[in-house]
Amino acid sequence: MSLLGVFDVSGSALSAQSVRLNITASNLANAETVSSSIENTYRARNPIFATQLDMFRDNPSRAGVQIKAIVESQAELRMRYEPENPMANEQGYIFLPNVNTIEEMANMISASRSYQNNVEAMNTSKQLLMATLRLGQ
Amino acid sequence: MRFDLDKAMGIHEQALYVRSRRSSLIASNLANADTPFYKAQDIDFKDVLGKVANTSGAAKLEMTSPGHLQPGGMSAHDAERLYRHPFQASIDGNTVDAQMEKSEFAQNAVMYQTSLNFLTGKFKSLKSALKGESQ
Repeated sequence: MSLLGVFDVSGSALSAQSVRLNITASNLANAETVSSSIENTYRARNPIFATQLDMFRDNPSRAGVQIKAIVESQAELRMRYEPENPMANEQGYIFLPNVNTIEEMANMISASRSYQNNVEAMNTSKQLLMATLRLGQ
Repeated sequence: MRFDLDKAMGIHEQALYVRSRRSSLIASNLANADTPFYKAQDIDFKDVLGKVANTSGAAKLEMTSPGHLQPGGMSAHDAERLYRHPFQASIDGNTVDAQMEKSEFAQNAVMYQTSLNFLTGKFKSLKSALKGESQ
C-alpha cells in the first residue's frame, strides 16, 4: 500500500526539518557568544540535505530525505576591539561568531513551512487510509 | 452467467492503486523540497492507469528466481516516472515547486476519494441486489 509509504517519506522530512530548526536555534543562541581566539569561536552551522537513496532500491516511487552532514560556515568571524572585556586577547580584541541573524530567521521560516507541508501530506494520507478502511460499510 | 467481482468493481480498484502510488511520489517531492539537485517527479496518470488496467487481468508467468521478469506488463515499481519542467530554475538545482506539489497532492487526494465513493456505490448496489428488497 503506497499510502503507507507517505508516512515514511514525510516522516523523514519532518525529522530532517526539525534538525534544521535545531541548528538554526543553536546559531541564533550563539550569535553573540564571545571568545578570545579564532579557533574557539562558534561558527554558524548549516545542514546538508540529501535524498535517501537506499529507499530508491526497494521502491523508486518513494524518496525520503536525510541530513548528510552539518557543515560550519567558513565566512569571516567578527572581530571587535574591546580591551576592557575580560575575554579580550593581548591585543585587546574579542571574536564573535559569523552568524547572520537575518539569514537564520529566513532559514527558520523556510524550515517551519516545509515541516507544515509534510504534516499536511501525512494528515491527508491518514484521512484517505481511514476512508479506505471504511470502504463498503 | 458467472459473476465476476473484479469486473463489477470496474476500473476504480486500479485507479485507487495508481492514485496511492502517485500520492507517495508527490509526498517524496514535498519531502525533498529543500534538497539540492533533487528533481521533482510525477507520473502520467492516464497512461499508467491504462497500462495497469490492461495487465491486471493478464495471466502471470511463474517466477522461480527474483531476477525473472513478467512479460510486457508493469510491476508495482517500474511506472514511468517523468521529471517536471520547473517554472523557474533555482540556484541549488532543485526543481520542486512546493505550492504546485501541494495543489497536485490535494487534487490527487480528492480523486482518490472520488474513486472510493464510486466503489462504495458499487458495493451498495451489490448489497441491494443481494437482498432483493425494494428501497
